[in-house]
Amino acid sequence: MGGQHGFGSLQIESGEPPFHHEWEARVFALNRFMLRSGRYTLDEFRAAVESMPPAEYLAASYYERWLHGIERLVREKGVLDVRPG
Amino acid sequence: MSHVHDGAHESSHESSAGAANRVKTLVAALEAANVLTERELDETVESFLAHAQPANGARVVARAWVDDAFRERLLADGNAAVAELGIDLAHWAPVRLRVVANGPGRHNLIVCTLCSCYPLALLGPSPTWYKSDAYRSRAVRDPRGILAEFGTHVDAGVEITVWDSTAEVRYLVLPERPAGTESLSETELEALVTRNGLIGTALV
Repeated sequence: MGGQHGFGSLQIESGEPPFHHEWEARVFALNRFMLRSGRYTLDEFRAAVESMPPAEYLAASYYERWLHGIERLVREKGVLDVRPG
Repeated sequence: MSHVHDGAHESSHESSAGAANRVKTLVAALEAANVLTERELDETVESFLAHAQPANGARVVARAWVDDAFRERLLADGNAAVAELGIDLAHWAPVRLRVVANGPGRHNLIVCTLCSCYPLALLGPSPTWYKSDAYRSRAVRDPRGILAEFGTHVDAGVEITVWDSTAEVRYLVLPERPAGTESLSETELEALVTRNGLIGTALV
């Protein structure tokens, strides 16, 4: 996003909580857990978030972008696939 | 352009509820596949919030202010120096810490234009403005304008260097020790250090 125009002024919230919704904390935890357990790498996660279609990306909140990345990697890496016996 | 900005900033109630449901579905599926448990996720957040604190960054800075040898080690190899204080930077993945010092005629500002890379272990959870499209797009183009929005004035003669974080390299600003603090203890100095001072959006 570096150098792009048109994103307006900053909104600075004083005394901001770490997360604004419980699901955001869950998304944060999911990503941390997946990274730490080696399900995917940080680069893969960044690539998954950055490859969102631009319109979707711009319309999504920060943790919605993360959720998109996690869902995509869970699919791509077959994390939910049942392993043979 | 305001339509882009509004959409990008905070999710609407509707999309937030949608995301909450997607998270619930995903967690249930991962639990059913024996990948993780809800309890493990709760513990992940609790442990992160307990360990990743701006107080860690403040300790590092106060030590550098009182100990010149530590300051030199910190600027030369951030990871090794903070490890001396018992701070582990390898939170998500191994990262290299580069500490950049403010000084006469020199101010530093940190951003992550690609996403939101940030020295979490030293600063705690990052604020929403740091992750916002507005900050990420403009910090590299108009750093003085960004600083002004924080009420931070840096003289025109002071050179501002903007550091763009990556997955591998995280930056921390070492602010100048405020004048008139010679008699303060290290603990008292720690109390002067603010999170924004370590990102460079405030002076200390």
